Amino acid sequence: MRPETEAEVAGLVRGARGPLSVIGGGTRLLPGEGQGTRLSSAALTGVTLYEPAALTLVARAGTPLAEIEDLLASERQRLAFEPPPAAGSTIGGVIAANASGPRRVKDGAARDSLLGVRFVDGSGEIVSNGGRVMKNVTGYDLVKLMAGSRGTLGVITEVSLKTQPIPPASLTLALPELGAAAAVPALTAALTGPWDVTGAAWLPPHGALIRIEGLEGSVKLRADTLSARLSAFGTVQPVGDDPWLLLRQNIPGSGAAPRPGGAVWRVACRPSQAATILTMNPEAAPLALDWGASLILLSLPSDARPALPSGARALCLQGAHRGPLPPSDPVTRRLEDGLRERFDPRGIFAAPELTVA
Amino acid sequence: MRMPVPDAGVIARRAAIVARLRAVIGAGTVIDDPVEARAYECDALSAYRCPPLAVALPTTTAEVAAVLRVCHEERVPVVPRGAGTSLAGGSMPTADAVVLGLARMNAVLEVDYGDRLIRVQAGRTNLSVSTFVDEAGFFYAPDPSSQLACAIGGNIGMNSGGAHCLKYGVTTNNLLGVTMVLMDGSIVELGGPMGEGPGLDLLGVVCGAEGQLGIVTEATLRILPKPAGARPVLIGFDASETAGACVAAIIRAGILPVAIEFMDRPCIVATENFARPGYPDCEALLIIEVEGTPPEIDEQIALIRAIAEEFSPVEFRESRSEDESRRIWLGRKSAFGAMGQMGDYMCLDGTIPVSALPRVLRGIAEMSEAAGLPVANVFHAGDGNMHPLIIFDANRPGDLERVEALGADILRLCVEVGGCLTGEHGVGVEKRDLMVAQFTDADMEAQMRVKDVFDPQWLLNAAKVFPLEVSESRREARRNAA
Repeated sequence: MRPETEAEVAGLVRGARGPLSVIGGGTRLLPGEGQGTRLSSAALTGVTLYEPAALTLVARAGTPLAEIEDLLASERQRLAFEPPPAAGSTIGGVIAANASGPRRVKDGAARDSLLGVRFVDGSGEIVSNGGRVMKNVTGYDLVKLMAGSRGTLGVITEVSLKTQPIPPASLTLALPELGAAAAVPALTAALTGPWDVTGAAWLPPHGALIRIEGLEGSVKLRADTLSARLSAFGTVQPVGDDPWLLLRQNIPGSGAAPRPGGAVWRVACRPSQAATILTMNPEAAPLALDWGASLILLSLPSDARPALPSGARALCLQGAHRGPLPPSDPVTRRLEDGLRERFDPRGIFAAPELTVA
Repeated sequence: MRMPVPDAGVIARRAAIVARLRAVIGAGTVIDDPVEARAYECDALSAYRCPPLAVALPTTTAEVAAVLRVCHEERVPVVPRGAGTSLAGGSMPTADAVVLGLARMNAVLEVDYGDRLIRVQAGRTNLSVSTFVDEAGFFYAPDPSSQLACAIGGNIGMNSGGAHCLKYGVTTNNLLGVTMVLMDGSIVELGGPMGEGPGLDLLGVVCGAEGQLGIVTEATLRILPKPAGARPVLIGFDASETAGACVAAIIRAGILPVAIEFMDRPCIVATENFARPGYPDCEALLIIEVEGTPPEIDEQIALIRAIAEEFSPVEFRESRSEDESRRIWLGRKSAFGAMGQMGDYMCLDGTIPVSALPRVLRGIAEMSEAAGLPVANVFHAGDGNMHPLIIFDANRPGDLERVEALGADILRLCVEVGGCLTGEHGVGVEKRDLMVAQFTDADMEAQMRVKDVFDPQWLLNAAKVFPLEVSESRREARRNAA
């Protein structure tokens, strides 16, 4: 189903007899998602408002991500959260997946750039929340609830986003000698100093990667002091091409081609736990670290699960496992299930695979 | 201000309820003496007051859970209270409610500079979080102007902002996790290493829910390394609209200052008389603060100057010393005090798209003129969060009602141009009845469903946020079931 208006979406949902898989471009599906009848928002297209001077863009959910990024670039702006690109990806899908790239470490996730949302709930009611202004505490923040809800609470039909000016200069420093575990202290050093780091990652073959952005003179000055600080951890050199795009393109579940063999897990942890996690999982190969080592992409044998220290969480991006690890606690489950029941009383958007651990 | 009729059954059982609370609270305190409880009868929206049934001041998450279990069993409404600095009546009690105050829960539980986080009990004051990490070279970014007094728990309830959120975001963007007690006494941890948890973003919806979903007892906050330095510039203009246009041009140019503050003539005159900061004689001024090392600051200010000059400023004053910086901020920081000297004032909090600034400023001036009530404007211009201050005399009969009517008209104008009723203060009781200007029935229904899940009996802070008639059937269902 590819409705072309919000009213059509509402009609389809009201008339639905069985479960629907809500998708955008279908480019960021996790294992188990997208089964059965698909309701795609990809035909709800068009930017309805763009005010560069107010840093605001409103678009229908099916508007291609690439189209939005081109439009923003023509005004020297961008999405601050740097969503991983994927051919056919829609802005609604990006939001429903809370798909966020390296700049999240400084400027937040998709959820943090989302100012407003319209959606059709499981009863076919049209709901609006948030708006198009930077600060808004009027009523509950359902904007955050819808971001990352993966189509289980409603069909997102329109999103309102904060945009960001593209700074004149950007510079990435690499420490190519560092392996994943050795990169962590370098990333932490960069993030705990006054350099306004906008990317802190580890990606082979580049090693540790640290990005600073801003006005020309400022970037030059910060690059000098940051290089000096980082030289304590290994050889530091500027990177010519854009390793950040490579990093964004590499994330399974975000439009990347499946990796042959094995499973891919995404582990969220405190940076200080990252090295421990690598040690605890000797059979795992780290594919990348991002967000200052708060995120680890791990390749594991298909039947293995990552071992995790307390507080760390994992999600299988490619493979057979469903649901978060460790499973959510009973109170959280009760709240999540309660919300899904209230927003979708007939279970039209049910995605049982995701909620069963 | 209409509030629900208190539950006579609860009030009649007061002694028994207090005794049960005393039995569970351990090191905490239960206040039932009417004179002592009066300290909790209002918050910073002091025009409206009501002494509570009792006040509980627990010291641990377990004690909060015990208090809530008792109240849940007894069907007693609960009003959470951080430091009581809400400007919207967010912690105003009802006569049948137990106020659950967080004041005694102010410990720092953990700080980790490498992971850039601090975990605190929710009664800790906002400023004392930054103070705690200051020596290590860090700060906590959200800085509401009440930061000396306001509590982190209240900040989370209201999703508080501040002057520096243009660059650093508001509470929800700096919150990694909470420990929260639900009304039935169950304890839940929300959030994760990067903020939202693995499933639905429950942390995101709890932040800003005005204490209606649960009582946050502990919070993990993102702390940031302090910038090398900061410096303000002051730019005076001969028209408010020009100042508004200059704000838009600066943002458009891609400079992202930490703060862009706006003051109009009535506010400039009042602060000049009050604190003598030596501001230029002009219709409107901007205070713009940028951060970095001295050469980085120079680079940004040169760009701002180039943009501002296209708007023929009356004056462009660049701070050259600590003392000059202090003087530039002096008037802005004393603005509310200066207004207090002129009379009573009501502070609004509507947010508008920055592009609508000239239109809204004009509209406010016209409405102020028509109502015969002076309005001064001082606000965070960079993010469109306005703070019109309506000046009046609370002792003159009818003035408060006229002020509230003018305030409502101004907020409706904010919504009309694409903005919202409140940018950082919250709805509370103050703007409850204006929610219909911004939301449809279905919009509010969706929000209330969230409360149905977290607090099915509607016992927590229930007479807030939604218009009373909109939430009535849910609140009444609780009472009938009791």
